[in-house]
Amino acid sequence: MKDSVESYVTDDGRTIGGVMLDLRNITLRFGGVEAIKDISFNIREGEIRAIIGPNGAGKSSMLNIISGFYKPQEGEVLFDGVARPPMPPYQVARQGIARTFQNIALFEGMSVLDNVMTGRMNHMNASIFSQAMWFGKAQREEVENREAVERIIDFLEIQKIRKTPVSRLPYGLKKRVELARALAAEPRLLLLDEPMAGMNVEEKEDMSRFILDLNDEFGTTIALIEHDMGVVMDLSDRVVVMDYGRKIGDGTPDEVRGNQGVIDAYLGVSHD
Amino acid sequence: MSSEFLYGIEVIINGLMAGVLYALVALGFVLIYKASGIFNYSQGVMALFAALTLVGIMEGQVPFSHLINAIFGTELHHFGWEVPAFLAIALTVVVMVIFAWLVQRFVFRHLVGQEPIILFMATIGLAYFLEGVGDLMWGSEIKTIALGLPQGNARWLEDVTSALGDDTFYGFFVRQLDIVAALVAMVLVTALIVFAQYTKQGRAMRAVADDHQAALSVGISLNFIWVLVWSLAGVVALVAGVMWGAKSGVQFSLSLIALKALPVLMLGGFTSIPGAIIGGLIIGVGEQLFEYTIGGPFLGGATENWFAYMLALLFLVFRPQGLFGEKIIERV
Repeated sequence: MKDSVESYVTDDGRTIGGVMLDLRNITLRFGGVEAIKDISFNIREGEIRAIIGPNGAGKSSMLNIISGFYKPQEGEVLFDGVARPPMPPYQVARQGIARTFQNIALFEGMSVLDNVMTGRMNHMNASIFSQAMWFGKAQREEVENREAVERIIDFLEIQKIRKTPVSRLPYGLKKRVELARALAAEPRLLLLDEPMAGMNVEEKEDMSRFILDLNDEFGTTIALIEHDMGVVMDLSDRVVVMDYGRKIGDGTPDEVRGNQGVIDAYLGVSHD
Repeated sequence: MSSEFLYGIEVIINGLMAGVLYALVALGFVLIYKASGIFNYSQGVMALFAALTLVGIMEGQVPFSHLINAIFGTELHHFGWEVPAFLAIALTVVVMVIFAWLVQRFVFRHLVGQEPIILFMATIGLAYFLEGVGDLMWGSEIKTIALGLPQGNARWLEDVTSALGDDTFYGFFVRQLDIVAALVAMVLVTALIVFAQYTKQGRAMRAVADDHQAALSVGISLNFIWVLVWSLAGVVALVAGVMWGAKSGVQFSLSLIALKALPVLMLGGFTSIPGAIIGGLIIGVGEQLFEYTIGGPFLGGATENWFAYMLALLFLVFRPQGLFGEKIIERV
């Protein structure tokens, strides 16, 4: 049932819709190195989709293709069923795809609040003059955006550090601020590149809870890369497994767990 | 109060006024450097070009008239109209925005991700190119700016302050133009700060200055922001060009004010707007006071020419990141 594009309701009562993002026969090369070889998979509306695989498997490259930072040499990306022309990352972001980075990319010199506000960039349309003069549309917009941002700050429980410059925060909180900024865009698709890397057990539990909650409450579709297998199996609806730039498995956590190719890749079987 | 002491205060006031202008030039550098890491050598020439354009438009000069006349054998020089000041200023701003777009489109878009030294070399080329274009467009003769800026010293200030000292003190001597320049600079800087802090584009500008990758991921177009900062630097250059031009005439030497901004940047740091302002004021006051207390009496005068550079040298030795610049940390 889960292979069809019919929408269905999960065991915990969430609705998974049709295909939102469809990646078809993607190949990415850096010079002579093929980082991704002919990979196809899709992401459905409302699901949590994990991409796993050993180091160097091409997971981050895949995310970079979705968010427009890399341009694949072959294959196409369909968003809402429409083939997406090659576009720079800022245009992808304006289509409603937000992301976080493996090595945290925050605006270190700005406060937490300002950082999250930059996530609202595409929800502001007032002219530059009305903004500078603080009247009419600009004022209304600023108030609305501030409210939206405060809701996200509440949701991620970072009220106490609202005014703190990001550069002074510890690693775990920075990860959370980065998530807040991505959420502020109210994305349809949220890409998380190792959201739990370098975190302790408690922080990982918090982050898992946030991911589940925002998928459940806001219906945000999430694609994430994660190394912690326990976390991946608990969170995700479907999992793509990559190794050496190839797709070696795709399916529900249970299906993937039993896949011989996946077990080999993780336990280390020689490639010949 | 003794007149010696009062004269010292007058020296400080005049130093502050000069410092405001240094700060203005330095500000143009900081804007571009912060957002794109480009040290824009052509900032001084941009000030000259902006001032030339303003005068040319106001006087109704035909741009490229020498070139056109040489090719077609015509005798074009003036359109025969005069453009009111505010309209001419607006048109000059438009020209500077177009310039910013051209620079981004044809130079720096092709140099994204290059070494800083290569970007710097490109701006040197840009400086010479723009200088030539300025000459070709508006001619190379010395021009005066007829914006109606007040000249001479501020009498009212003298009248008000003359009561402070005894009969030998005639009040503070401050040029009216300097006062106007200081006021305009203050308005400009306030506007820039409000823009950077409270508008979407300003926030985007700060975001780009901080982290390019993160800025892209929230939907900010780097190209747009770079055109924006070059435009802002163009506007700052226009104001600086007008104020210096009103003092000494619009001529080639105007482009050398960029050199005066270098010590300011070393003091204030290349990445700090408040740094540029305070650095400018320190240099302005410092060189006047030094001349008054040490330079004039003991060193034979004219120390203003080199004092700023000496001070910058000291800063380079003891605090290379400047007063407010980002700390330089080398990880091993």
